[in-house]
Amino acid sequence: MSQLPGLYNNFIVIFLMMAGFYVVISQGNLVKKLVGLSLFQTSVFIFYISMGKIADGHAPILTEGVRIYSNPLPHVLILTAIVVGVATTALGLALVVRIQEAYGSVEEESIQAQDDAAERAHNDADDAARRSMDA
Amino acid sequence: MSLLAHLPVLVVIVPLMAAPLCVLVDRAQPVWLLALGAALLSFLCAIGLLLQVPEGGAISYHLGGWEPPWGIEYRIDRLAALMLLIVSAMATLVMLFARRSVEREIPAERVVLFYAAFLLAFAGLLGIVATGDAFNVFVFLEISSLASYALISMGRDRRALNAAFQYLIMGTIGATFILIGIGLLYMMTGTLNMQDLAARLPEMADTRTVRAGFAFLSVGISLKLALFPLHLWLPNAYAYAPSIVSAFLAATATKVALYIMLRFMLDIFGADFALKQMPFDTILLVLGILGILSASLVAIYQTNVKRMLAYSSIAQIGYMVLGIGLATTLGITASVLHLFNHALMKGTLFLALGALAYRLGSVNLRDFAGLGWRMPWTMGAIVVGGLSLIGVPPTVGFISKWYLVLAALERGWWPVALVILVGSLMALIYVWRLVEVAYLRAPAEGAVVPREAPLSMLVPIWLLAGANIYFGVATDLSVGSAREIAQLLMGGGG
Repeated sequence: MSQLPGLYNNFIVIFLMMAGFYVVISQGNLVKKLVGLSLFQTSVFIFYISMGKIADGHAPILTEGVRIYSNPLPHVLILTAIVVGVATTALGLALVVRIQEAYGSVEEESIQAQDDAAERAHNDADDAARRSMDA
Repeated sequence: MSLLAHLPVLVVIVPLMAAPLCVLVDRAQPVWLLALGAALLSFLCAIGLLLQVPEGGAISYHLGGWEPPWGIEYRIDRLAALMLLIVSAMATLVMLFARRSVEREIPAERVVLFYAAFLLAFAGLLGIVATGDAFNVFVFLEISSLASYALISMGRDRRALNAAFQYLIMGTIGATFILIGIGLLYMMTGTLNMQDLAARLPEMADTRTVRAGFAFLSVGISLKLALFPLHLWLPNAYAYAPSIVSAFLAATATKVALYIMLRFMLDIFGADFALKQMPFDTILLVLGILGILSASLVAIYQTNVKRMLAYSSIAQIGYMVLGIGLATTLGITASVLHLFNHALMKGTLFLALGALAYRLGSVNLRDFAGLGWRMPWTMGAIVVGGLSLIGVPPTVGFISKWYLVLAALERGWWPVALVILVGSLMALIYVWRLVEVAYLRAPAEGAVVPREAPLSMLVPIWLLAGANIYFGVATDLSVGSAREIAQLLMGGGG
């Protein structure tokens, strides 16, 4: 139990990760899915950043009399990952805009229903064409 | 230093730099030439690298002159050189093919951006292969993935948008899992350099953190690989993407994902840890078999031919992981061989479909009636690719399936060998459906009568179809390299 306070960050990470993941899976609205995805990615940022902390370590700026510094590398890595996350969200939102234009909806169910209906109409037209040809 | 010494980074930088140049040039025709030139230059670099790689060793390139493990290292061994060659060769052929296909399928105002995104996806795939740094893999993975989401969404059908969105969600989850896995490994070892990781991991292999990292990496890579049952994004993405995007991604993207799997699992964790201490071989074996059977079965019932080939790709990925699952040198040899060969067959098939789509405007099975006589060269290439897919000698498909069966029998697992044969029979069924309609059925009255595809399309298609036969007969290069790679991978950990 004595380890619990030290693992505090990890619990936050796991909670955020699972919450984000759940939102991605359970929500039918594409924008909400992206919100969940962002949350999911953000949890990993916190995970990396807390990994860089070293017990009693100071901020990694060269200072007189300080011997232990925290590790700055994970922060730098995560800067890259944040950029990737921003790009992903931007691209996802752009796709949602185009989906809204093409389908008039951003609800997964409605999009699926429209696709199914189009498929059925297509097949029916085919069958009709074939029948008329046979006759 | 001479230019030759910089080849490991040039192969990636050329397409990466050409992409923004495309946007600056902003005219369709010159941009196509630029993209083709960049792909060709990369291809030449890849050939140069393959010739330079020492037997059993690797070329190490220190980016910016920083010594590894502090700086980023690019590391080209035999496997990486072979992968660079496959990816860049495919990109060059696809670019040769692209001009007319893109004119027809992509709206004029997006053509330039299309080529730019293509080059970014291409550069990303090359970067994944060239780098020797675990975090760099994630960055390049996201470069190529983001570009491929954009490429897929440019398909004419509105379903392409939805397919791209699904892929974006699944792909990002996969990449994030990989990121978590790399983070966990970094936490334990304090290094991101692959060589360094491989050296330090065995000491702490028995900790929960490393095992968790292994699990996250396996799931993340499997998502990117479209390994059954994580393949749901693939069929729609390939079916509705523009023709040349399907051809390029089918021939390269999943192969590069398999490369990441080989690299992380066998090189970094070591064959001993991944296949003996962790039950990864059993998992791959079971999922591979399920993937082969279920995806082949679904492929038989498809009427959209592109979708059918997409399902067949999932089945072929099953064969590749099956080879790793056998956990022997022969199994890995078969797996690497199939990786190489599958790029050739699916490249042929998807490019030929691109030519059909160009003439017909459709890739639906019922529009294929009589095509065998109207477009003999294009359909001929589809037949060659199809035979290769089934595994008929003297095509490349036969070679890799042969080695796979040998590897299964070497372990004494004849039921696995049986599954491989059943999978081939199922491939025979779905390829036969195509051939039957194309050659034996008369076209419907009033249907458009297509002409043979233009020469600029036939040349790349037949170069690939020819390679399908050439590497099926002259097996020294492919089998020899595959065996050497497999020995290195298996020997590295044990």
